[in-house]
Amino acid sequence: MAIGAFSHGPSGVTTDATVQRSSRIAWLLLLPGIAYLILFFLVPLASLVMTSFQETIPGGFIGEYQNAFRWENYVEVLGLYGEHTMRSFLYAATATIIALIIGYPLAYFIGVKLRRFPLLQSLALVLVIAPFFISFLLRTLAWKQILADEGFVVATMKTLQLLPDDAHITGTAISVVFGLAYNFIPFMTLPLYTTLERLDLRLVEAGSDLYANPFTTFVKVTVPLTMPGIISGTLLTFIPAAGDYVNASANFLGSTSTAMIGNVIESNFLVLQNFPHAASMSLILMSAILVLVATYVKKSGTEDLL
Amino acid sequence: MANEPSGRGFAQSGADLELVHVTKSFPGFTAVDDLSLTIPAGSFFALLGPSGCGKTTTLRLIAGLEEPTAGKILVGGKDITNTKAYQRPVNTVFQSYALFPHMTILENVAFGLKRRKIAEPLKLAHEALALVELDHLAQRKPQQLSGGQQQRVALARAVVNRPALLLLDEPLGALDLKLRRQMQIELKAIQSEVGLTFLHVTHDQEEAMTMADTVAVMNKGKIEQMGAPAELYELPHTRFVATFLGQSNLFDGQVTGTEGDTLVVSVPGATLHVSAARSQVSAGAITVGVRPEKLEIHRESPKAAGRQVVGPGRVIDTSFAGVSTQYVVTVPELGDITVFEQNDGDIVAVGEEVWLSWSIGHAFGLPIEAPFDETDLSTRALATAVQ
Repeated sequence: MAIGAFSHGPSGVTTDATVQRSSRIAWLLLLPGIAYLILFFLVPLASLVMTSFQETIPGGFIGEYQNAFRWENYVEVLGLYGEHTMRSFLYAATATIIALIIGYPLAYFIGVKLRRFPLLQSLALVLVIAPFFISFLLRTLAWKQILADEGFVVATMKTLQLLPDDAHITGTAISVVFGLAYNFIPFMTLPLYTTLERLDLRLVEAGSDLYANPFTTFVKVTVPLTMPGIISGTLLTFIPAAGDYVNASANFLGSTSTAMIGNVIESNFLVLQNFPHAASMSLILMSAILVLVATYVKKSGTEDLL
Repeated sequence: MANEPSGRGFAQSGADLELVHVTKSFPGFTAVDDLSLTIPAGSFFALLGPSGCGKTTTLRLIAGLEEPTAGKILVGGKDITNTKAYQRPVNTVFQSYALFPHMTILENVAFGLKRRKIAEPLKLAHEALALVELDHLAQRKPQQLSGGQQQRVALARAVVNRPALLLLDEPLGALDLKLRRQMQIELKAIQSEVGLTFLHVTHDQEEAMTMADTVAVMNKGKIEQMGAPAELYELPHTRFVATFLGQSNLFDGQVTGTEGDTLVVSVPGATLHVSAARSQVSAGAITVGVRPEKLEIHRESPKAAGRQVVGPGRVIDTSFAGVSTQYVVTVPELGDITVFEQNDGDIVAVGEEVWLSWSIGHAFGLPIEAPFDETDLSTRALATAVQ
């Protein structure tokens, strides 16, 4: 849908010569972008695909591979890491839903309720993106401290008998999903804000004038009108969250039992030096996300999602 | 549509609307000031006033989009002051039309019916679209329609619900003159066809007068005068009504005596007469007014009983407007007087010396007050536009 915005041709009557000239200029302007994409996207992608089919050199060292067409790599990784894949999508989906539940009211408040106070609105927006001023590694580490077994959160919850005495928060699925949701809330909130900020409140009034109670008005009018923001926000959260390897890493909020695809790829590339497995895993992640996103966008284009 | 079987949750006819001492204050100003008003069922009522006079706020209070600071709103005798907009048997045709861009025309029109779980919403929506002659566009999206078509969809979307009361918030404001005239006729026809109570808010006095049974002229949050259009025009009660609804020549003076049932008024440069029955004041300071088309121009001082004569004066401006010519005549001390004269072939030239006369029965008397401030209005209009 975003691509649609660029597909409108120049309007007005133009002669063939000017069309030719302007299209030459357009190509010239596109050249750096195209070159960049070829050099830094297509070539590495091709290299990744090639790596994913490589096989070990008989008698070679660890980490030495030769080109081949070993499609079994894919079967092997699916068998080995199927669980991690499912977990990644589950964590990412849960984190996306949490971020949406937190981000939508926040964006609504800033974009609609603060509309009459531009200064407060800008301030609130700055606060939303303020966490970016600190490295996200640092912030995630800070959460590790806060949620640690010796931290006050766990201590308080144990005192209140909300957690059994032997319980942990860090290293569990809860802390990983929490970390993912926390880190991606701004990515959810900003696109939501841009659509909510432009939401025509007269349409909301029209809804209530036409016998729709506030909830129905929200579902039938506000949500469909802010769908572009919901789609971009959830995509901007889900895609990076599915491939994230920081939150789920044992060094941060996770443990070996919470490892996601990102962690698998990381350890295959950097620790096990099993490049073909890492590459095929990357490609599986990529295509799975592509399929999911395509289905999602197509569905939300119609009213099926509502 | 007029013969719908009962029991569908529709109002079978319009209902009375009653506003009882309604006040709406915003920080810094009072938009609606202690307004009391009764609109009888089935009537076409126009609320007329300049921008910022509180007429749109009044409409929003009735629709439930604003809460009154004080007072009560009753529809059909039932107090709806504390109900929410979606609970009120009232629908609005918004100035901006406010059609839902993500729905087709048909879905837009069926929206209210579906919310009220009325049987066969699509069939009724088609009927309503047929009423405004747009059924062939039912599957289009609003942005594919012209302004006039969107306006008719907005009307269909409101009328299809058969509200006890239909509110129209300057719905013709965005249309060009020709389309406007056409829509005025259609609106009036639909109102008599479906028999609903219409409350039409407008700043266009011509629109209010041609369409409404009753016009209320509103100024600064209050109703200045209310009545049939002709009544308001012929006998305005305030200076504001006299100048906002059509044009008037106004002369400030003092009542000096009476001759039978006629007041004698002394104004600088002349002595005027006005029927006591047509005057809001009977003693002291008074403003005497007369409509420009009631005046006649004479080249010689006329002698006629029962007519008020002023002059001589000099024609300082003429402007030809087809059916009539507008003259501006300046009379020493009295000031500039506007005259509309029907075009019967004899056009008086600029610079000629003339006398003016009118039937004493056409003059009206008003309480004296400061002239209606146009600059104040335009700033208010600006302020509302910015909001």
